[in-house]
Amino acid sequence: MATLGIIDLQVSVESKPILKGVNLEIKAGEVHALMGPNGSGKSTLAYALAGHPKYEITGGSIEIDGTDVTGLDANERARLGMFLAFQYPVTIPGVRVADFLRHAVTNRRDPERKEGENLMPMREFRTELKERMTELGMDTEFARRYLNDGFSGGEKKRMEILQMAMLKPKFAILDETDSGLDSDAVKVVSEGVNRLSGPEMGVLIITHHERLLEFNKPQFTHVMLAGRIVETGDASLAAELHANGYATVRERHPEEAAEELTEQEKSLASV
Amino acid sequence: MSTASIPNSSLTPGFSPEVFEAFLQTRDEPAWVTEGRREAFELYQQKLAEPLDQEEWKRVDLRAFRPGKFQLRDDSFNAGNLGTLMLDRADFAGSVVHVDGHYARGSVSEELKARGVLFGDLATMMREHGDSLQPHFATRAVQAGTDRFSAWHAAFWTGGTVLYVPSGVTIDEPLYSLIGLAQDGAADFSHTLVILEDDAEATLLEETSSATEDAAGLHVGAVELLVGRNARLRYVQLQNWNGKTWHFAHQSGRVGANGSLQWTVGGLGAKLAHIHQDVHLDGRGAEGQVNGVTFATDRQVLSYYTQQSHHAPDTRSDLLYKDVLRDKARCVWRGMIKVDKEAQQTDGYQRNDSLLLSSTARCDAIPGLEIEADDVRCTHGATAGRVDVEQVFYAMCRGLTRYEAMHMIVQGFFQTVTDRIPVELVRDTLDKAVERKLGIGE
Repeated sequence: MATLGIIDLQVSVESKPILKGVNLEIKAGEVHALMGPNGSGKSTLAYALAGHPKYEITGGSIEIDGTDVTGLDANERARLGMFLAFQYPVTIPGVRVADFLRHAVTNRRDPERKEGENLMPMREFRTELKERMTELGMDTEFARRYLNDGFSGGEKKRMEILQMAMLKPKFAILDETDSGLDSDAVKVVSEGVNRLSGPEMGVLIITHHERLLEFNKPQFTHVMLAGRIVETGDASLAAELHANGYATVRERHPEEAAEELTEQEKSLASV
Repeated sequence: MSTASIPNSSLTPGFSPEVFEAFLQTRDEPAWVTEGRREAFELYQQKLAEPLDQEEWKRVDLRAFRPGKFQLRDDSFNAGNLGTLMLDRADFAGSVVHVDGHYARGSVSEELKARGVLFGDLATMMREHGDSLQPHFATRAVQAGTDRFSAWHAAFWTGGTVLYVPSGVTIDEPLYSLIGLAQDGAADFSHTLVILEDDAEATLLEETSSATEDAAGLHVGAVELLVGRNARLRYVQLQNWNGKTWHFAHQSGRVGANGSLQWTVGGLGAKLAHIHQDVHLDGRGAEGQVNGVTFATDRQVLSYYTQQSHHAPDTRSDLLYKDVLRDKARCVWRGMIKVDKEAQQTDGYQRNDSLLLSSTARCDAIPGLEIEADDVRCTHGATAGRVDVEQVFYAMCRGLTRYEAMHMIVQGFFQTVTDRIPVELVRDTLDKAVERKLGIGE
């Protein structure tokens, strides 16, 4: 069974330590929720897993099915089945959704493909793209539009889920995919995730809200504080945090709470 | 006298008075043409002694340029191996191929001939239709006296493509012209002359190409596009020389009342290219659209000096140049919109966007306006930026390699200008050309 292993992961951004030893294991078929206050390191974990060069891994490792991928570039990790749905999807003017995705999907399915080699057949690709778009309630006209160019917030998030549906990753990290969406859009996105999350894919949902978790019930809920996962529970933990906030978590973990406070003061002082 | 009877050795390198006289001996053309050459050669010598216009040339370094290393050929060279991006990819109503300044081959459909269309090479056209061409040739659009390059060209032009479309004649299929350089050190002085009479319509696709990667070449060219009242011309010039070719050109279009000129420029090749490009909107309601796609790599220098001149009311001009630069390449764009006092209600637009793929590339974009009328809308803009690392990361997260991501971003950058081009072949050709330049594709 496909496994994503995060072992004592330490990550710095511009020499500042953000993650201070994160341990997590996600298996295909599992849904994990990652919660935590702002600045606790959730998005850093997402970017570090995807392979953003700005997020420097200073210790620990990331493994896919036991293979260390810590030294691999983002595209190599993507080809091995890592997927990040961006909190703020990037616009690429002039690049049509269909062209972009055809390259991406071909590389995912043929990880050894070199640039310039054949892309997957157009007809096959189009049929598949159209099916996935219809499932996500997207106008197929979007395939011809420039990637995220002029898209509304909701359209961008749907585009992320469409890409996930086409790429069929082993592990999907959804970074605040529900933020800025109305409840109808959350439902569409959730259904999309549900359809894919079956036995083939493991999901890590990073969220402040409970809405996405209502539809995609997590088996595990992790709480992050000051760069560490301090608690792990089941879906009820997510519900509790949603209802009561992080005050009780901080009370239970005074050391990390103090660290969080110190960091906030430092960053305030540097402004 | 026929050109074939003169042995090749009659021409030596350089452009001295002796070479000029020898060159005249190789020509068989009407007296007014020879007279024009003599006047132009005198001008050329005068202009050589004068400094170039600083405003136009201060950003283009000519110190490494040695005109004496290049020579006119009086033999037409059979270069079957000229790489072309367009010729074999579509059906054309006619084609003309020049190699090393001389007509090599061509064709034109009988149907077009029957409709009074002239399409062929300038040297032959001058002999056979000189009287018809005389009023248009080097009089209205490109004049010998502009600077040393225009005078040089006017003295030594060798061939070029001529298209004449009579009043009211519409040509649906595009026509094609290839300007090739083959022999090392060869000079091409080709002159493109397009005349659309009133209500005529045509599309001419022209490309330049080198037979080999390592033959040094020189192009001192001229393009004249004369668009009559209510006529519509689409003209494309794709400059795709090898990296050892110097390219200098005066290119000018004039558009009559309610006429339209859509002019697309692709700048891919050359060691150094400097193009003086003018669009004159002469008649009320005339329209000019200029699309530029340039991609400079290595140590290439691509320079454009563009003018959109509004001489009549209700005229519209719209210029968009997009440059991509890599390595130590350099692009220079100096653009000017001029509006005459009587050209009220004009709408002029010019824009240049540059995308730098390396920190060692450099671009200069200098837009300008000279407006004498008081009721106009003229806008300009210029941007320059690097590839956004977040765009690259996003694409890599979807499995694209860094290069693939860069390429896609570059093609996307050009897309907004290629979207403006209605001829599919041209869009495809530009895409292919960009792919080649990026090092992918065939």
